[in-house]
Amino acid sequence: MAGHFVHRDPSFAHGVHPPMSKEQTRGLAIRQFPFAPVMNIPLAQHIGEAAVPVVREGQEVERGQLLAEPGGFVSVAMHAPASGLIQRIGLMPSIAGKMVTGIYLKPFPGSTQEVSSGTPCDLDSATADEIITAIQRAGIVGLGGAAFPTHVKLKVPAGHSVDTLILNGVECEPYLTTDYRVMLEQRHDIFTGIGYLLKATGARRAIIGIEANKQDAATALRAALPRGHHVSVELLEVKYPQGAEKLLIKALLNRDVPSGGLPADVQAVVVNVATAAEVGRLLPLGRGIQERVITIAGPAIKKPGNYRIPVGTPLRFALDYVGVEKDLSQVFLGGPMMGAALPSLDIPITKGTSGFVAFTERETGGRRRESPCIRCAYCVDACPLFLNPSQLGLLARNEQYETMVEKFHLMDCFECGACSYVCPSHIPLVQYFRAAKVMAKKRRGKP
Amino acid sequence: MNDLRKTLEISTSPHIASGRSVEDIMRNVVWALLPATAFAIYAFGIGALLTLSVATLTCVATEHLLCRGGGRRSTVGDWSAVVTGLLYGLTLPPGLPLWMVVGGGVVALALGKYLFGGLGYNAFNPALVGRAFLQAAFPAAMTTWTPALAPERFQVLPSSTLTLPFMTPDYSLTAADGVTGATPLALMKFDQQPTGTYDLAFGFTGGSMGETCGVLILLGGIWLVARKMMNWRIPAAIFGTVIILSALFNGLDPARYPGPWFTLFSGGLMLGAVFMATDMVASPMTSLGVVIYGIVIGALIIVIRFWGGMPEGVMYAILLGNALSPHIDALTQPRVFGYKSGLKSERYHEDYRQ
Repeated sequence: MAGHFVHRDPSFAHGVHPPMSKEQTRGLAIRQFPFAPVMNIPLAQHIGEAAVPVVREGQEVERGQLLAEPGGFVSVAMHAPASGLIQRIGLMPSIAGKMVTGIYLKPFPGSTQEVSSGTPCDLDSATADEIITAIQRAGIVGLGGAAFPTHVKLKVPAGHSVDTLILNGVECEPYLTTDYRVMLEQRHDIFTGIGYLLKATGARRAIIGIEANKQDAATALRAALPRGHHVSVELLEVKYPQGAEKLLIKALLNRDVPSGGLPADVQAVVVNVATAAEVGRLLPLGRGIQERVITIAGPAIKKPGNYRIPVGTPLRFALDYVGVEKDLSQVFLGGPMMGAALPSLDIPITKGTSGFVAFTERETGGRRRESPCIRCAYCVDACPLFLNPSQLGLLARNEQYETMVEKFHLMDCFECGACSYVCPSHIPLVQYFRAAKVMAKKRRGKP
Repeated sequence: MNDLRKTLEISTSPHIASGRSVEDIMRNVVWALLPATAFAIYAFGIGALLTLSVATLTCVATEHLLCRGGGRRSTVGDWSAVVTGLLYGLTLPPGLPLWMVVGGGVVALALGKYLFGGLGYNAFNPALVGRAFLQAAFPAAMTTWTPALAPERFQVLPSSTLTLPFMTPDYSLTAADGVTGATPLALMKFDQQPTGTYDLAFGFTGGSMGETCGVLILLGGIWLVARKMMNWRIPAAIFGTVIILSALFNGLDPARYPGPWFTLFSGGLMLGAVFMATDMVASPMTSLGVVIYGIVIGALIIVIRFWGGMPEGVMYAILLGNALSPHIDALTQPRVFGYKSGLKSERYHEDYRQ
């Protein structure tokens, strides 16, 4: 069989191969971004309850100082991204469009911006629960884009056990190179972080999953593998959406996370490599997240790159700093496959922002009109979950939302966009599904 | 800062696309048909050129006029009417009176496509609908075969081509010696007379214009498969079924049933399996479904050819396969990731393709 002669890196079934467009920034080392004149720090930068402020308007804070306490278990702390003055605590625009509560911080221009440290969390003496609490107090959330509080993931539910910790270094979104740069430049932070994460979850081994287009990152990590832990690095086929949690588990462990279930149901926990690096960087010093690494890229950006940027930096300031082309047409947060197009630049960069990409009119001008489905089955062969996007699209147009949910598993769709990407009829399938999910929930809510 | 004041464009993710469009696919099907088309013109002369042009133009014009008449944007720009027209033309016997060509073309587009709702909604391959109409309305004309490679083919039209509507076609000129060019299938079925292997594969035989040269049809198909614009499983399943069944019956009674090579390269099987059965709209969507669909079509071809009254059955086999497509799809939905069993088929069935 041909399969014996052609080496193929493991992967999931189906999926698509968009151009990765990472050349623009992959060779650019992480650089420090300057402080904006005013930082906007939303109290809910994560999934879950908003954090509760412990500072008041007019107070002076040090960089790294606690600004807000976790508002519950599914919530994390917030720290000052710069030494400065709390101008105001009030409403500010958010990505979702509605106004949210946040802290306006004005950095001191003359400050040395030393980071203050707290109580270190010692890996050898801390218990699993102590590490989990420390991660929550450090304000760490999933840096891959979901911004789900990391400590919640690590808290293995009662009755479950975890044997494998998976580090997600796939970064399958086009243009983004943050995880790649972190793997090259912060491998010791990653391994320190893995030490904490293994202890917190009780997993015996850790696997770092990387797409095969980042061989050098894999080589660098392999060269520095720590002794004493079972850590391995696995290369995966370059295929979108390889970075999706369930598909990464499928590729590395060949386990199917049940519908509606958690990775813990198949004895796994998945953490992004950049998140692990932050755990390894912050916990030994007792610090919290005040900045993160993002990629700013796309044809409309004059100075693309990978930047360590303070959380709360307004997007407008960031774009002004890197410069944009005159024919700027569109900016989206995250990559072009799953990222949201921004209606305005008056929003801050938050912990979940893995980067933003800007397109010129050349990239956005060629978009074409929707035409009828020709049942080519490209979408059926693209959907990594084996849903039937063509049929779901048809039902959505007929407003049969209940049927979509009950018989065609609409709610399993995680909106990766593979179906829309391949559709030759240019049907905005993902958008139909988003709307259908909202409508189905609304209808179900009625008596 | 000035650049950042402008209005940003909003779209929903994903913000990039593969760049492939319906027009691309349809255009590529036309390119893939060109070798077989060129051979048709070579084998059957200016009559074929005229007939194929009329067939294609009729389909394109019918679609355009129907769209305009219905107050809709004309959809001829998507090239699907060209594909239908050319395919339809290639299935016709050379020398078919042009008024019949026009009539069948109008039926193909109007009945086979437009009435169902246009591209994407046609349950049957429109080209075959047009052909089936002609087969039913004019059985004699549809089974009278002008011979291939006639010496005068580039100088004169077959006499039957320009027959006036509703007049009896005159085949005297094309069959000057009183014999029309029977197809290999008819020769086999009615006279037990085989055709040479080489002639069969390369198309030096009688038959519908585009069906004779199996090698060039395969070439076009391979090109489309390489471009991922054709589902190779459909022709593969048809070929596999036909080869196995014909080998089996040929082994049992060689005098009565032809072997696999003859079965594959005679009649419309090659053109049907590669270009008709693979019509995206009228074939199933699941990987398992298309295999079942191919097996059904292959088996039906064998049944009709071996035991039916007609020498050829590809057209009816594919039309029946088209009719079964939605049902095959409904019964072969794959297991969704994270679920133990497949979709509940009966519940699923009633909602499929409503």
